[in-house]
Amino acid sequence: MSDASKTIVLEARGITKRFPGVLANDRVDLTLHKGEILALLGENGAGKSTLMNMLYGLYHPDEGEIWIKGEKVALKNPRDAIDRGIGMVHQHFQLVPVMTVAENVMLGSEVTRGAGYLDVREAERQVRKLSQQYGLEVDPTAVVEDLPVGTQQRVEIIKALYRHADVLILDEPTAVLTPQEAQELFRIMRDLTNQGVSIIFITHKLKEVLAVSDRIGVLRAGQYVGTADPKTATEASLAEMMVGRKVILQVEKAPAQPGEAVLQVKSLYVKDDRGQTAVAGIDLTVHAGEILGIAGVQGNGQRELVEALTGIRPIEEGQVTIAGQDSTHFTPRKNTELGVAHIPEDREKHGLVMAYSLADNMVLNNYYQKPYASGIVMHNDAIYAHGVQLVEQFDVRTPSVMTPASNLSGGNKQKVIVAREFSRPTKLLIAAQPTRGIDVGSIEFIHKQIVAQRDEGVAVLLVSAELDEVLGLADRVAVMFDGRIVKTLPITEATRERVGLLMAGSEA
Amino acid sequence: MMNPEIESSPGNGRFLSTLQQIWRSISVPLTAVLLAALIGAILLIASGASPLEAYAALFKGSFGNAQAIGRTLEKATPLIFSGLAVAFAFKAGLFNIGAQGQLLFGAIVAAFLGFSIEGLPAIIHAPLALIGGAAAGALYGAIPGALRTYTGAHEVITTIMLNYIAINITDYLADGPWKDMTPGNIVARTPKILPSAEIPYIGNVPVGFILSVLAAVVVWWLLWHTTIGYEIRTVGLNSHAAHYAGMRVAWTVILTMALSGLLAGLGGAVETQGVVGRYQPGFNIALGFDGITIALLGKTHPFGVIPAALLVGAMKAGSSQMQFSAGVAKEITDVIQALILFFVAADVIVRWIIRMRASDGDQVTFSSNWGQS
Ligand SMILES: Nc1ncnc2c1ncn2[C@@H]1O[C@H](COP(=O)(O)OP(=O)(O)OP(=O)(O)O)[C@@H](O)[C@H]1O
Ligand SMILES: [Mg+2]
Repeated sequence: MSDASKTIVLEARGITKRFPGVLANDRVDLTLHKGEILALLGENGAGKSTLMNMLYGLYHPDEGEIWIKGEKVALKNPRDAIDRGIGMVHQHFQLVPVMTVAENVMLGSEVTRGAGYLDVREAERQVRKLSQQYGLEVDPTAVVEDLPVGTQQRVEIIKALYRHADVLILDEPTAVLTPQEAQELFRIMRDLTNQGVSIIFITHKLKEVLAVSDRIGVLRAGQYVGTADPKTATEASLAEMMVGRKVILQVEKAPAQPGEAVLQVKSLYVKDDRGQTAVAGIDLTVHAGEILGIAGVQGNGQRELVEALTGIRPIEEGQVTIAGQDSTHFTPRKNTELGVAHIPEDREKHGLVMAYSLADNMVLNNYYQKPYASGIVMHNDAIYAHGVQLVEQFDVRTPSVMTPASNLSGGNKQKVIVAREFSRPTKLLIAAQPTRGIDVGSIEFIHKQIVAQRDEGVAVLLVSAELDEVLGLADRVAVMFDGRIVKTLPITEATRERVGLLMAGSEA
Repeated sequence: MMNPEIESSPGNGRFLSTLQQIWRSISVPLTAVLLAALIGAILLIASGASPLEAYAALFKGSFGNAQAIGRTLEKATPLIFSGLAVAFAFKAGLFNIGAQGQLLFGAIVAAFLGFSIEGLPAIIHAPLALIGGAAAGALYGAIPGALRTYTGAHEVITTIMLNYIAINITDYLADGPWKDMTPGNIVARTPKILPSAEIPYIGNVPVGFILSVLAAVVVWWLLWHTTIGYEIRTVGLNSHAAHYAGMRVAWTVILTMALSGLLAGLGGAVETQGVVGRYQPGFNIALGFDGITIALLGKTHPFGVIPAALLVGAMKAGSSQMQFSAGVAKEITDVIQALILFFVAADVIVRWIIRMRASDGDQVTFSSNWGQS
């Protein structure tokens, strides 16, 4: 980095933020230099998002100062932050699905002509200009809901740039991206910093951190515990800095001892939300005591497959047998009672009721059973005790089990779901993106749990966009492409290269 | 005020935060009422009356003596029922505008059972008529629930239309098959119910009022202490998660609407058996619609509904006294009531006025999407 880039554009000094029962940020100092990519690491609940939300004016610090470009500021709301050149892209996009890219981009700072006539053409022209300048390829006239996730994220970035942001905060931008999309994002980030934009980038994927950042800051339990240099740091050293102990990044497991078939799927056909065939004739079998990993680029029918197997989505054709019973047209309730546990891909949509306490969320699919209820009468003390036990066992970071799920950090929300789905006697575990948004320490823990389930004779179907996760956990790997399983390999033959090629649809 | 930071005992802390929670939830309705009263006062001054005198008369007419209090309770009773009906549906994310129609059916069926069945002892007759009214309301409420489930028709639209249908059917019944044929009667109304179907008073307290408070307790228990309530609230908060969790979302919607209609129907029956004594078109006209105001003012909580209904009931009870002794048109109470609804619905205005910013942790609508991971 040249000297000019040493100018400090954004600085947090001694920031403290408390929530009821939680010290989310504890005298945090953070600096961001012009034109750099600062990666921010930390365990789930370490206070990363909270800190960023304060820099963006969404939350207000209890103590401490924020300085932007040499000026002390009091940010009342995001508007104030935007006016000072701060842009933020949240993990959950803030786009209106039915509007076009250009309409979304100008929303809130519309281009008008004459007496309030919306000048969409002009907005489109500006979007085109921005996308050329920063290599952010996107069609301004496309409707947002038709765009893949990676492109939607680009729209969010353009939105920030359109408002003249020169500081970008990206909160876990890669959690929902395919590896290809993530690579593309990193290229864009580089282009942006080369043109003077400064970026704070939050992620739990240590490889990414080492690959793209100029500097690494680490938060632990609300405190800033140190800065690392990506040139000298390793995944292991970063993990240790975050968690405060050595983390085993590689899953340790003995070879599988497969038993009888628990899940059998025969020529399954499933449609997606738009009525297109998303699963086009899948056959697969998962045995007790083995983990079948489904690898594949997101959007090749994995979601529909999982939803069909768990009873959330109707099956068009084919047959599903679980534990010897024909479950083709079973409801989610019947599947649960059959011994199916399901970690859903979309935790906000399916997995949790945000306004419910953790305790209530942890009985979401067995609330009607003993000891949580007798007849229609619920036993809130049993539900409470169950919650306390799971919070303890799964190390969910929360002030209490009565805290609403909405108050938890992203990774801790995921832990609540995992805890719930691991707390019932299970024959078949269907885990979709089980460690999305989870820190390395907790990934280690969840992976161990999955392997432990397998060793107890549970059949595990693992769907993950993380190739490393699939290759690390699975005993057999099935590669999904375009609604079909193109190949199933024993783990010994599933090399990164081979699976990668299969995922791209080449090789037979 | 204790400092929550120093507070070490978790029990106390919870008590304190409960108090804070209560304050947070009542501060907006309370301010809305005060604002409405204030604007009402301005209107009174503009029309040449003294607001102090008018409000004093209003208070005297509603809480001035035992009789006045009894009248307030009587007016509040059907409002508690219709408020509960709307609040209950709200918990499943349903907006039941149809409490009016369900209440009308409850009222007329209770009247029919009340005048047509002879020779029953009161201990059987009165409950029977009540149950009939409740069942009629429940059936009528289930219709929009089923329409929503099976055709996707939105309950706001269907319940509004069903209100018109209810008005016309009850009008027809009261002027046709169930008409009061007493010689000399020319108006559309049913015969008077038999004394055995009447709901009595204990002193000045209408027994119907006690029933309505009981209903609130039952609703509260059902919502927060039973699996049915858990299902209803889950469907209301996140129907995708409800589906994932194996709940029957469609069934829950129908059940909720039926129970909501049941509450409204009970309100109508209690009004017939406790106050009006027969069904007569026009006598129950605003009761169901007022349920919307009351549910919102009561923060859609069953225990919030009671004070809200008492307030509106008091205005209805005291307005004649106000007209009589302060010379103010009764309708001013309608204006105040409308203003309350306005301010409760537009709570952003109220929050702005009392400078109560949703604190950082509270921005549920924001933070449900902003930077949670
Ligand atoms: N709105 C809120 N109300 C109450 N507590 C909150 C709120 N937002 C965050 N917290 C708490 O503050 C702490 C920090 O949360 P934050 O979301 O900043 O973590 P994070 O570092 O982003 O974690 P993750 O990696 O899981 O996303 C957590 O303990 C969380 O429970
Ligand atoms: Mg976060």
